Amino acid sequence: MSYANIIKNGIIKDNPTFVLMLGMCPTLATTTSAMNGLSMGLATMVVLICTNVVISLLKSLTPDKVRIPVFIVVIAAFVTILQLVIKAFLPDVDKALGLFIPLIVVNCIILGRAEAFAAKNSPVASLFDGIGIGLGFTLALTLLGIVRELLGAGSIFGLTLLPETYNILLFILPPGAFITLGFLIAIVNKIRN
Amino acid sequence: MLNPSASAKCLLNSKKTMKKLESSLLNMVLVLTGVAVIMGGVLAFVNHVTAGPIEEQKQLALEKGIKTVMQAENLTVTKIDTVKMAVDGKEQVYIIYNNEKGAAVQSSTMGFGGELKVLVGFDTDGNILGYTLLEHQETPGLGAKADQWFQKDGKGNIIGMNPGIKALDVKPAKGGQGDVDAITASTITTRAFLKAINQAYDANFKK
Repeated sequence: MSYANIIKNGIIKDNPTFVLMLGMCPTLATTTSAMNGLSMGLATMVVLICTNVVISLLKSLTPDKVRIPVFIVVIAAFVTILQLVIKAFLPDVDKALGLFIPLIVVNCIILGRAEAFAAKNSPVASLFDGIGIGLGFTLALTLLGIVRELLGAGSIFGLTLLPETYNILLFILPPGAFITLGFLIAIVNKIRN
Repeated sequence: MLNPSASAKCLLNSKKTMKKLESSLLNMVLVLTGVAVIMGGVLAFVNHVTAGPIEEQKQLALEKGIKTVMQAENLTVTKIDTVKMAVDGKEQVYIIYNNEKGAAVQSSTMGFGGELKVLVGFDTDGNILGYTLLEHQETPGLGAKADQWFQKDGKGNIIGMNPGIKALDVKPAKGGQGDVDAITASTITTRAFLKAINQAYDANFKK
């Protein structure tokens, strides 16, 4: 399998949000605006790439029975590093997503890819899998954020497009997340087939 | 990472299936401890590097907040007081940043969605100069509007009011006591917010 294919699979065939349906909690909670969705997607992607590579490097050293604890230690370490770096250098992102960054530890996409891909493939392939799945997740979250922000707040990336009278507040609130996600999954799967 | 030659080998042999370490007790303990120790070391290093900048960001955010609520470009905090006051049987902590224009007070109450933390600036007479929400979990589009609603050009303007003359209260629909227009459909947030402001005043002027 070529590396380009791995990336393509991550975005389309194995898209974590629209196809694998993994990581629904951050997907629903953080996509109140396009910018939040994009930031959360990128943060998850960084963790995913780092953990995929390290877990793949460690795979022959990891006894099967303790592989999950080893994965979790690696994942938790990278998430904490990311959290510290965001707090130190990106205060705006910290303000918007601070609460959700530590929750990346329990994001099932990361453990899922560690178990399903990184533990069985070479570090380089795992790197590309991290990029592919990460991009797929980022694109999905950004798309969800764009739709919710446009319908709910009348803007995209903070750029106002619709006057306030046409805003549908529901789309910023949790029910709007479920409705938007449902429609997007249906549309994406219709196009994919 | 643990063993460079093993990592290199696994890079070369990635197509073949690598033989894994046997799941013996010794192996499991060694590997898990080793991974934890290395990751702990990396974390300690990152923590060391970022501790300074994080503290700086916090200070910057606070200073910016104080300047905003005092409506002043240049300001020096002369004294920081911590006041403990019993409110509804529960002890609340207020932090007062005294400065040459008056005092910025940090106060918190329970809002609709959780803790509502505000920083409010008073001049020496107790008139409100400005405010900012430090933390809140109010509903977006409803209670979360509190960050703009009570500002000078907002509908429920509280700037210039003095809780010492008359405690801030919601304006009822028909006549009544209060002077502040509540946020539409967010009376609980409004009440919580005004309570936080009133208590901030009490903490600073009635201590």
